[in-house]
Amino acid sequence: MDCDICGKKAKVHLTQLVGGQIKKIALCDDCAKEKGVTDPTGFALAEMLLGKTPGKVVAPVPPVVQGFGRRCPECGFTLDDLRRIRRFGCAGCYTTFKEEVNQMLRGMHKGSKHCGKVPAGLMELHERTQRLEELRGRLDQAITSENYEEAAGLRDEIRQIEIKTSTRSTERP
Amino acid sequence: MMRFTTLIKNPADWMTGEGADNAVVLTSRIRLARNLRGEPFPGWAKKEQRRQTLEILRPAVENLPCMKDAFSQELDDLSSVQKQVLVERHLISREHAARGEGSAAVIERRQSIALMLNEEDHLRMQAIRPGMSLRAAYESLAAVDEELEQSLELAFDHDLGYLTTCPTNLGTGLRASSMLHLPALVLSDQIGQVLQAVNKIGLAVRGLYGEGTESLGNLFQISNQSTLGESEETILRRLERVIAQVATHERNARDKLLEDDPEMVSDKIGRAYGVLRHAWIIDSKEALNHLSLLRLGGDLGFLPQETVKSCDALLMDIQPAHLQLHSGRKLTPEERDQIRAEIVRSRLQTLEAPDIRSTRKKNGNDPDPEIL
Repeated sequence: MDCDICGKKAKVHLTQLVGGQIKKIALCDDCAKEKGVTDPTGFALAEMLLGKTPGKVVAPVPPVVQGFGRRCPECGFTLDDLRRIRRFGCAGCYTTFKEEVNQMLRGMHKGSKHCGKVPAGLMELHERTQRLEELRGRLDQAITSENYEEAAGLRDEIRQIEIKTSTRSTERP
Repeated sequence: MMRFTTLIKNPADWMTGEGADNAVVLTSRIRLARNLRGEPFPGWAKKEQRRQTLEILRPAVENLPCMKDAFSQELDDLSSVQKQVLVERHLISREHAARGEGSAAVIERRQSIALMLNEEDHLRMQAIRPGMSLRAAYESLAAVDEELEQSLELAFDHDLGYLTTCPTNLGTGLRASSMLHLPALVLSDQIGQVLQAVNKIGLAVRGLYGEGTESLGNLFQISNQSTLGESEETILRRLERVIAQVATHERNARDKLLEDDPEMVSDKIGRAYGVLRHAWIIDSKEALNHLSLLRLGGDLGFLPQETVKSCDALLMDIQPAHLQLHSGRKLTPEERDQIRAEIVRSRLQTLEAPDIRSTRKKNGNDPDPEIL
C-alpha cells in the first residue's frame, strides 16, 4: 500500500474514528514522522483529511514561540529541541520549562495535578506538601474574610511545616 | 540467565492461558513508565550516559525476585529477527527494538512481566495476562515498582507525579490496555458506533501492535489516554467498566447475528475453515482475518472450544519474524506466505469441518422438521 500523502511505500497504518466512521490512512515513515504519528495521543486525522492545516497536523505538543534561548541547566535541553523532538531532555526540564509545561498540559490529561501513587520514600514529604497547599488556601480565605486570628494560627502552622521541609530538602526531587 | 531460544521455545502464559471472558478479551496489559532522577532521558542522553544509566538499572532489575532466572539481554546483542520476535510477542516495543547501544530487555521466564531498559523512558515495565485481568496485571506490576523504589531514586514531582520523557505519560505513567476480539460488532456494522463511544470518554482504540498500527483480525486494543489527574484506581475502574460493556455488546451482537442471519455467519466461518485448512499460500492479513472467524466459530460452538486456543497460538506463530525463527533462515515474503500456510494447515489438521446444523439447533434456530 502507498502513502496517502506522498505515494511512497507506506509503513504505518492508522485506524481512527472520524465522525463515527472508521477512517484508515497509510503513511510512509517520513510522512508519519513529520505528522507526529509516533506520539501516543494520536493526531488529528480529521484535520489532515479535511486539509484544515495543510502539511501540518496538530501535534500533542503545541509549538512554543518564546524563550528559545533558554537552556535546562541539568541537561542543556532547549525549547527548540522540544519543538524538534517533542520529548524532554531530563526530569529537570520540567522545572526549567515549568510555564511551557503547564500550557502544554492543558487539555492533554484529565487533570493537571498528580493524584496517584507516590514512591514509598517520598510519601511523608508528599503528604506534607499537600498539607501546606491546603493550609495556604485556607490562609488566603481567612485573610479575605478578615479573620485574622485564624490567619495567624494558620501562618504559624505553615511556618512550622516549612521549617521541617527545608531541613530535609535534600529528599526533594 | 535464560537464553533467547529457551525463552521463546514456549508460548507465553498469556498466549495460551484461559483468562476471564477469554472469548472476547484476549489479553490485559499494564505498562508503567519510570525514570531515574538526575539522569538525562534515553533519547537525549549521550552514549556514555545511556550506558551509565543501564549500569544502574540492570542490576536493580535483575535482582527482582520475579526476575530469578529471567532472560536479560542488551538489544545490541540480539539479531534483528530476534528483536522482531520479541516485538511480535509484545515483550518489547518497536521503538525499543530500533534503539541502539545501551538498551536492554529483561523478561520474566513465563513472559508475563517484561521490562524495557532505556526505551523512551529509562524504565518501561509491563505485565500481561490472559483474558480480562487488568487488576491482577496491575497488582503484579505495582509490586515490582515498589521493589524497585527501594533501590532506585526515581524522578518524581509532587504536582506532576512520575516525570516521563513525553508529557503524555506524566503522573501515574500508567497505560492500561486490553486486546478485544470483536468480530460480531464488525460483521453487524456496529463497531464504528461502539468505538466512537469509547473514544468519547477519553479512551484510545488502536490496532494489534498498538499505536499507528492497522486493526487486523477484528482485534482492537482499548487503553487509557490520560495519565495525570486521576489515580491508578480510577483509571483502571473506568477501563474495566468500558471493556466489560464493549464485551457485552460483542456477545449480544454474536447472539443476534446467529438469530437474524445464521446463513451468513455459517458461510463466513465455513469459508474461513476452508481457506485455512486448504490454502498453500497465505499472507498475514488474510490469515489473521480468517483466524478471527475461526475463533468466533470456536466460541459459537460451530467448532470445538479448543479452537479458540489454537487460533490464539497461531496469531503469534504466523507473524513474519516467528516464521523466520521457525525455519531458521531469512525468508522472502513469498516463502513466508507458503510456510505460514503450511503451519496453519498442520495445526488445524485434526480440526473437523464446522458443524453448522448442530449449532443452529442449540441456538433454537432450526425449524422444527415436524412442522415442515
